[in-house]
Amino acid sequence: MKLSYLPGCTLKTKAQDLDLSTVAAMEALDVELEELPRWNCCGTVFSFADDDLMHQIAPVRNLIRAQEQGGDKLVTVCSFCFNTLKRASLLVKENSDKLDTLNTFMDEEEDYTGNINVVHLLEVLRDEVGWDQIEGKVQNPLKDLKVAAYYGCTLHRPKEAAIEPPNKLEALNDLITALGATPVDFPDMTTCCGSYQAVANPEIVINRTREILSSAKESGAEMIAVSCPLCECNLRENQKELGELRMPIIYFTQLLALALGVDPHLHQCEKNPADARSFLESKGLLAACTAAE
Amino acid sequence: MEATETKMIPIYIMGKRYEVPEGLTIMKAMEYAGYQYIRGCGCRGGICGACGTIYRKPGDYKIYSALACQTAAEPDMYLTQLPFFPANHVPSNYAELEGVPEDIYKLYPELFRCVACNACSKICPMDVPVMDVIAYIKRGDIEKAAFEAFDCIQCGLCTSRCFAEAPQFHIMQLARRIYGGKLAPKAKHNAEAAQAVREGKFDAMLNQLMSMSTEEIKKEYIEREIEPETAGDDWKPKDAKWLIEEFLR
Ligand code: SF4
Ligand code: SF4
Ligand code: FES
Repeated sequence: MKLSYLPGCTLKTKAQDLDLSTVAAMEALDVELEELPRWNCCGTVFSFADDDLMHQIAPVRNLIRAQEQGGDKLVTVCSFCFNTLKRASLLVKENSDKLDTLNTFMDEEEDYTGNINVVHLLEVLRDEVGWDQIEGKVQNPLKDLKVAAYYGCTLHRPKEAAIEPPNKLEALNDLITALGATPVDFPDMTTCCGSYQAVANPEIVINRTREILSSAKESGAEMIAVSCPLCECNLRENQKELGELRMPIIYFTQLLALALGVDPHLHQCEKNPADARSFLESKGLLAACTAAE
Repeated sequence: MEATETKMIPIYIMGKRYEVPEGLTIMKAMEYAGYQYIRGCGCRGGICGACGTIYRKPGDYKIYSALACQTAAEPDMYLTQLPFFPANHVPSNYAELEGVPEDIYKLYPELFRCVACNACSKICPMDVPVMDVIAYIKRGDIEKAAFEAFDCIQCGLCTSRCFAEAPQFHIMQLARRIYGGKLAPKAKHNAEAAQAVREGKFDAMLNQLMSMSTEEIKKEYIEREIEPETAGDDWKPKDAKWLIEEFLR
């Protein structure tokens, strides 16, 4: 299976581990993620102003690139890209006048027809590959691993753009189960990590990190799986002062790649901090990637 | 030979109508019309970027661009030259740059204001895909940015159109400089040749040249073997003893 893929700027810079583990794991599942040849920054945050079409140009231009590639889906794994692209795709699907305006403005491009379905990687795993298939391809079951599934804000909000009904947090839990680990439910599965407040109001993010980590820990989790580079960065960076609450943060795609037994350089666990690596090591999951650092 | 009458065409320079002979470049047409260039003209060869020109055609909503020295004036062109457009240029100490995308982000944070409107690529007279280059920089791919922006001649037209007020041509030039000096693999043969110079390998050749009289040098020059226009990459002169690779052997 071949699917159009937009990694996003952060996955090409700070979060290369998310990009590389994603592509390698999907290859192991016989899904070829075909990166769009010319993609733009998605715009990062969906613009709320009803008449601010200027900030819908970037996401819609990306949808045109996906349309040019010939498929009917565009896959992303960064939660922010997903949210921005998904909501832009819905906006123009439901408002033909806005779509017309954008198409008229982008007179150098073919018209966007409104038919690209923006999907998050978890949806691809659930709907296109299937949990049973994934389970069948697991080489290293993640035994004895209690993983808190942290969805963050943007995979379930707003409900029109959610990967599943917001009162039904299942996709990441089901994946964790398929990989042989134990998913841990905890009260803060969709609590915002503080997001961009990290820049202007870091204390908000520190408090959120404390709240999220402590509720995950109280619920019995040993590590937290995330899909968003900003959640990953916030939870990882801000736990340094949190002593007992410290807990490894990992991209769900790294867990997937680990379980599928892809080349250690591609599951990218060498990029995780030392405590995360030695934790995975202690679980017997990292035999091949302890060299770094 | 019978003199054929030159056809005259109307063009509008900064809104005023002039009749100019057909077939002239915009630059020559402006000179014909009486303008004298002090700025807005440099190489007259399409490479210096001094002569950026904006024009419109009647009945067409689009904005067009041209290099005045390279583009023929067309009937009813409405044109103005934009030889300079103010653009924020942030000085940097090249030695202190680390060769990472953050070098560029710190100096030009406004590039993140880009909304992908593509007005820059559309106006570029050199067909640089400016919007894509800015996107490559955003995602840290300096190499790709440097290659895609190679044709930029710094005319500044892209910057005149930028919704994000970003000075794309300065940003792209910085990307090229970072790539060229800090990221591109160093050419090994250059270092070898420089070493050979230092070791005096070429001294005899230069001394021989310096001991020749002007007459002898002229004779050598006139009789030199010239590479034919059709020569392929593997062409070598009959007398190969002056080739650097021979010296380094
Ligand atoms: S990229 Fe900008 S400055 Fe460079 S040639 Fe094109 S329009 Fe001119
Ligand atoms: S003109 Fe400016 S805002 Fe528009 S695509 Fe180019 S760099 Fe981005
Ligand atoms: S005068 Fe130099 S590019 Fe036209």
